[in-house]
Amino acid sequence: MKAIIAATILGIIMMYAGFVVKEKKSVLSIAILLFVLLLGVNVWELGTAEWGVSKSLFNFQIIISPFSIWFNTLMTAATLLYVLLMGNDIIKVGKHVGEYFALFFFILVGTFMLSSFNNMLIMFLGIEIISIPQYILAGSDKRNLKSSEASLKYFLMGAFSTGILLMGITLIYGATGEFNVSKFSFMQMEHLNPLVLTGILFLMISFAFKVSAAPMHFWTPDVYDGSPTPFTAFMATIGKAAAFVGFIRLFHTSFASVSGSWTMVLAIITAATLFVGNITAVFQQSVKRMLAYSSIAQAGFMLFSVVSVSALAWQGLIVYAVAYTVATLGMFAVLLKLKDYTFDGFNGLAKKEPLLAFVTTIFVFSLAGIPLTAGFMAKFMMLQAAMSQGNLMWLVIFALLMAAISAYYYFRVIIAMYFKTGEAELNAEVSGTDKFLLVLTALIVIAIGIAPQILLPAGI
Amino acid sequence: MILVLLILIPLLVGIVSFLAKDAAKNVALLGSLISLGVSAYVAAFCGTELVAPISLTWMPAIGTSFSLAADGMAAMLCLLTGIIFPVVLLLNRNKNIENPAAYYGLILLSQAGLMGVFLASDALLFYFFWELALIPVYFLCSKWGGERRIQVTFKFFVYTFVGSLMMLSALIYLSLQTNGVNAMSWDNIINAGKALPMMQQHLLFWLLFLAFAIKMPIFPFHTWQPDAYEQAPTQITIILSALMVKMGLYAVLRWLIPVLPEATAFYADTIMTLSIVGIVYASLIAMVQTNVKRLVAYSSIAHMGLMCAAAFSGTELSNHGLLVQMFNHGINITAMWVIVNMVENRYGTQDFKKMGGLASTAPGIAIALVIISFANIALPLTNGFIGEFMLFTGIFQSASQYHIIFMAVAGLGIILGAVYTLSMVQKVAYGENNSGVLAVAKMSGAELTAVIVLLAFIIGLGVFPQPLLDLVLLK
Repeated sequence: MKAIIAATILGIIMMYAGFVVKEKKSVLSIAILLFVLLLGVNVWELGTAEWGVSKSLFNFQIIISPFSIWFNTLMTAATLLYVLLMGNDIIKVGKHVGEYFALFFFILVGTFMLSSFNNMLIMFLGIEIISIPQYILAGSDKRNLKSSEASLKYFLMGAFSTGILLMGITLIYGATGEFNVSKFSFMQMEHLNPLVLTGILFLMISFAFKVSAAPMHFWTPDVYDGSPTPFTAFMATIGKAAAFVGFIRLFHTSFASVSGSWTMVLAIITAATLFVGNITAVFQQSVKRMLAYSSIAQAGFMLFSVVSVSALAWQGLIVYAVAYTVATLGMFAVLLKLKDYTFDGFNGLAKKEPLLAFVTTIFVFSLAGIPLTAGFMAKFMMLQAAMSQGNLMWLVIFALLMAAISAYYYFRVIIAMYFKTGEAELNAEVSGTDKFLLVLTALIVIAIGIAPQILLPAGI
Repeated sequence: MILVLLILIPLLVGIVSFLAKDAAKNVALLGSLISLGVSAYVAAFCGTELVAPISLTWMPAIGTSFSLAADGMAAMLCLLTGIIFPVVLLLNRNKNIENPAAYYGLILLSQAGLMGVFLASDALLFYFFWELALIPVYFLCSKWGGERRIQVTFKFFVYTFVGSLMMLSALIYLSLQTNGVNAMSWDNIINAGKALPMMQQHLLFWLLFLAFAIKMPIFPFHTWQPDAYEQAPTQITIILSALMVKMGLYAVLRWLIPVLPEATAFYADTIMTLSIVGIVYASLIAMVQTNVKRLVAYSSIAHMGLMCAAAFSGTELSNHGLLVQMFNHGINITAMWVIVNMVENRYGTQDFKKMGGLASTAPGIAIALVIISFANIALPLTNGFIGEFMLFTGIFQSASQYHIIFMAVAGLGIILGAVYTLSMVQKVAYGENNSGVLAVAKMSGAELTAVIVLLAFIIGLGVFPQPLLDLVLLK
């Protein structure tokens, strides 16, 4: 709760700081300071929380568990890493830079609500609070037509899916007379009201839209491609992880008892997402667009956590969300340094900037799921969760075949950097700070790959 | 602790080589000689408490521990790895290699991976090393290989990556059948596998076998291999053909046959048929090759096919023969590549038609080539004989109802082997003298050392194979 309040206040402070301070660099420094502060509040809440005990607030509207505090802390840390890695690019996007940082704070408020809601209305609020700032961020490069198109597209599609979400909530309320999600867990398969089933389906579709699962993924490539690159990085990582935590929380706490009625549908959605994401990514020529499709493919793997109703799934989601976020942020940070976003733009990077090429290799390995990187452990845990389910072996094997395909497009980056000759053009000299941060990010990727338990303290 | 050293030395020396710039060549050679010493120590004291298995807690949440153990088979393969790497590093010492620090560093990293594969007694650790051995080789072949290196190596990578992922799914499935404590350890995986119902065993068998068959490679999963061998720098081809293919065979013996004994027995005939079809198929293709590297590549498929057939024949004799032959094949194929490398460097081509008359200009190389070719076709008193003799007897004794057919067809493969090997010798060493292009006919000191070491093994183990037999049978 402390974190939700702190993030709200800090967001407002940030907005005013944007008015008062004119120097862009200073705004960035203030933003970094405030994010550190928010991380501090999260750690404070973590320190004062009792392990293994959940606390309910506002008449059971919010239940704060160690899991939610831990997830919030990780997401705040990821946002801080994001701002550190790409701060200089964020302030280049437009004039009112204070607002962008304020929007990040508000997205974090929504994330914190999604990780701890116990009432469908709070969940709805959380989803809207993360969505609306993202519509704005997508269109923040106002002079660029593609950016405006992305924003409009995202907004229209998002509004539509919000409508479906509300419809689902209404149907479930109509059938049960409840908004409180933990009350649904007593539902039985035998006397399941058709209204509830339809409601579950609507909720699933709406969440599938938010996490860009096929066939509700069509907005993703255009929006990710059109948005300013630093904001694409944010939407594809932290924004997506936030939607996932809401997804798993709703479906595992309230609908676990009737999982037989929806897991198969979701398994098929998962398979479709993996297929569409991976196959389409193969044909891309732009690395930015490839990363957009790869984010769909990775969402397919993250969907495993929702499909497999078990404790392993929650742990898997944490590891996957962090692993994917860190590696993708690293990829985007490297991409921002380059002039040309196509694969050819990476040609010969290893000769010119060996360090940059090396860290990119680690990020690519992690995304492709090569052992000793975070991405491998994440995939491993997802597969373990799905296999412990028993009847999902087909999905696991399908996912692994898709993972092999993903090696194709990820390794194109490596091939371009190391084995092709060319002059990769950089926007500017890579500064020492940038190098340090990229190496730090790469080290995080490897550390999680060697010891994933650092992300899973006992008791969450 | 000695087992950790086997992995740690190449890993650390590899990293040092990355930083060593021009001295990398010598750093790497020195490191590989130290590894050779340690692996000889492990082989000598295997089975005593001097080579104790170790097990360190690593990721208890998913049941993985850092466990290494060496029985006779593992010690033998580590020794082979220890011998091959210095030989590899003795070659091409005068050749100008672009960015030598990275080249030699990656070679040593792949050695660390190979040692790990042979020593790991934890399934996930095994998987990690399996990939760790592959990644450096991917970079080595893509960066320093021939003209079509990028596509060819990528094909190789994707093939093996698909296999590895299938293996991973099988290993996770098996680990979930245990009670969760040290779920990934070899003992637990074996117990879980044996207790599985037949239906699951069938599925897991194919998931695991696919991974190992691609690596060996077994017909029809071999299509990456001739291209990859041809396009890779010859030093890397040696690592691929002498050691990395052994990973597949080793994995069959360690992680497939004991884990799923019933499914193994059920599919033994199928696998033996595939393997033996592969022998004949590869031998026939080898006969029409005009590229010396491709010829040796196909001959390697034939040899691996025989070994794989023996692995599934289920008799004790062929199993022992297999272990002996794994070592001997490693030595022989390395020796073959060493000669091919020398010939290629001297003629500047891999094409037979442009070679000939080596015996008159460089008699030393020609003599070595003849002896090695004899070993390759398993003539008595060379090391190839004892292993293949045991393999054939074993296949003949197997319980399969087709054992006579298997044996006869495999025997045909051996005859074909003699045909293409000897015709290659004839074209390269004798015949019309094309040696106008020979730059330096004599062997350099380093090359001579490598050849003498390998010939010593070929003849020594051919005459007196007992020490090797003693080693591989240690538990």
